[in-house]
Amino acid sequence: MGDRLPALLKDSALTALMAAALGLFIVGFQTRDIGQGLFFDYQFVDLGIAVVTIFFGRLGLHLAAMGLKWPSFALGTVLGAVGASPLKMPSTFLHWFVVIAGVLIILRTIWPWANAALAKARHSERGRAMGQRGAKWFGAILLIAAVLLPFTPFADQKNMDLAVLILTYVMLGWGLNIVVGLAGLLDLGYVAFYAVGAYSYALLSTQFGLNFWTVLPLAGMFAATFGLLLGFPVLRLRGDYLAIVTMGFGEIIRLVLLNWVDLSNGPAGIGGIPGPTLFGAVFAETAPPGQQTFAQMMNIPFSSNQRLIYLYYIILLLALVTNFFTQRIRRLPVGRAWEALREDETACKALGINPTNTKLTAFAVGAMFAGFAGSFFAAKQRFISPESFTFIESAIILSIVVLGGMGSQIGVVLAAVLLIGLPEWFRDLGAYRMIVFGLAMVLIMVFRPRGLIAHREPSVRLHPVRAGP
Amino acid sequence: MAYFTQQLINAVTLGAIYGLIAIGYTMVYGIIGMINFAHGDIFMIGAFISLIGFMICALLGISSAPAAILFVLLLSMVFTAVYGWTIERTAYRPLRGSFKLAPLISAIGVSILLENYVQLAQGARPKPAGSVVQGGYNLFRADGFDVRVTWLQIIIVVVTVVLMAGFSWVIAATSLGRQQRACEQDMKMAALLGVDVDRTISLTFVMGSALAAVAGMLFLMYYGVVDFFIGFLAGIKAFTAAVLGGIGSLPGAMLGGLLIGLIEVFWAGYFSSEYKDVAVFAILVLVLIFRPSGLLGKPEIEKV
Repeated sequence: MGDRLPALLKDSALTALMAAALGLFIVGFQTRDIGQGLFFDYQFVDLGIAVVTIFFGRLGLHLAAMGLKWPSFALGTVLGAVGASPLKMPSTFLHWFVVIAGVLIILRTIWPWANAALAKARHSERGRAMGQRGAKWFGAILLIAAVLLPFTPFADQKNMDLAVLILTYVMLGWGLNIVVGLAGLLDLGYVAFYAVGAYSYALLSTQFGLNFWTVLPLAGMFAATFGLLLGFPVLRLRGDYLAIVTMGFGEIIRLVLLNWVDLSNGPAGIGGIPGPTLFGAVFAETAPPGQQTFAQMMNIPFSSNQRLIYLYYIILLLALVTNFFTQRIRRLPVGRAWEALREDETACKALGINPTNTKLTAFAVGAMFAGFAGSFFAAKQRFISPESFTFIESAIILSIVVLGGMGSQIGVVLAAVLLIGLPEWFRDLGAYRMIVFGLAMVLIMVFRPRGLIAHREPSVRLHPVRAGP
Repeated sequence: MAYFTQQLINAVTLGAIYGLIAIGYTMVYGIIGMINFAHGDIFMIGAFISLIGFMICALLGISSAPAAILFVLLLSMVFTAVYGWTIERTAYRPLRGSFKLAPLISAIGVSILLENYVQLAQGARPKPAGSVVQGGYNLFRADGFDVRVTWLQIIIVVVTVVLMAGFSWVIAATSLGRQQRACEQDMKMAALLGVDVDRTISLTFVMGSALAAVAGMLFLMYYGVVDFFIGFLAGIKAFTAAVLGGIGSLPGAMLGGLLIGLIEVFWAGYFSSEYKDVAVFAILVLVLIFRPSGLLGKPEIEKV
């Protein structure tokens, strides 16, 4: 390795130099606004530590890639120890940065072994059988756990709130999965339909006094109609154009909601939205005249948890309906046409499938589920404003689908827990959450373009697959 | 009439800035067929580096405006180009040959990453910048209204025109430009004939980013304020300009930028400024539906 060391050092130094050039102005000179103009707050020590870490990190990754286990392992351990040590650094972020660099090197060092062991386990007869059984049971176990969750000791206010949030994203992810995963249409404006659903419920309930269960199907219909209206002109476009146009539509809807004050109350939003009822019973301490509370109906003492648990079961039900619908429609001709269209549009045309109509159904069905989720969101929050429906929301839903593996249902669940749940549990990460988000999207595309759980298997095969040699 | 002329002057200035950003979209699309969603954020980085550059000028005591502008222009172009190069190298190049939506998704990731990186490093609040060039020239007076063109507007248009001319020359007459056009037509064939495709694509990103940096500097001087989110809207408008002019066509990007500037300024001037962004988005949608190849573009035939 002696003769290759200079080349490695040179490459690592170049990487560090690039990092220094990238960070020099944006990180090095922090601009501070102190009343009478901007002033510099120099951060060169931070930048220097980061650049040195990048140098050693790159070197360690090179060593690991060359199979030099012990030097790279040692380097990783040293970096990890330095990062975790009580050594004084300008910010906690840098501690994390150094630790993560160390951990990455160690992971890269053991990666070939782990990978080989995994591949061996997967290819062995027993491993394959276990994998199949595991996949079958994993979903069932997850479902049972989800149904029983409110009765476990974990079901305090905070966790239930989080569970409702995660399930909302799971549902949105499953809805978008129909559009992106099955039909292969990149929709960057999915949040528009979510907004349509939310505003449908907010307006119909506050203006006309309709209750949640009446509005739910209506909200789905409105959103689907919007999907049809928007989809009809644009679905003839090619993939990446479609993405930009849907994003444009998402922004148009948000801007209209923001500016059409007579309809939507503009940036101030709509408040006082009633929550969902159960057989006419409301979930509150005291019922409005002519209605009774859930506690009175069941003759049990009131607890604020009841409302959360009820919301939890509604969103769980809605999500499961979405999932069930998707699983079944994949077996129908239209579902098969979606998947065929995703794989090869030209071939589909040649076979007599009308691409525009087929895409339109996927678009409208996806929009409908977003509408359901939207009206649930309005009922849960009791207050909505255009703030909740920005482009970043669409990007989050899309990254859940992409991270999960486009077309995989269980992957969406895993990704939603990962992307929504983890940042909530680790509150300190808050500010860095979106950075990790963007980074994850890039890294997944680079290293695992098929997502965590790749499911690109056709739903139906003409001939059963033969066992491999 | 006076109002109209004044709006026209403002529109041409804005259109020049959009045109500079649009060139980056059009070149990258022409050569590798991807929409570089992060390009708007590269423009934002350029604006931030310019802001810091102007502050450094003030610290160093460079008081002459032309010297300061030239210094900041070079600084911002070079360091923004490093961003363009790095992004292409790390986030897009490994995806060449992956499935067709992969680069776009990766680009969205880069865009989110850049916005939040700048927000963390520089703070979320808008940053005000002092004006570097003041004063202007009153063209004529009509209807009790002075029609005025500021020196800054003249600088913006002149810088843009000079860069456009230089850039068109690079594409038309240098060996780098020939290589770029060759890659645009047929990447595999170009590689077989000895063109270093990777290097050409990298340089395309570098050039596009440098132009975006210029646009960022001009934007900063024109509006006097930047924040981490300016790239999103400016990026979409510039993309609309590129599509309107015909994506892949350089004169098209310029023309599209000018048209978008006109539409935006006149819409805000004569109808309502709240819906000016809606007007731009609507134009994007209408162009893509009725004339997806744009005004100056060639229709694309999908090959199997």
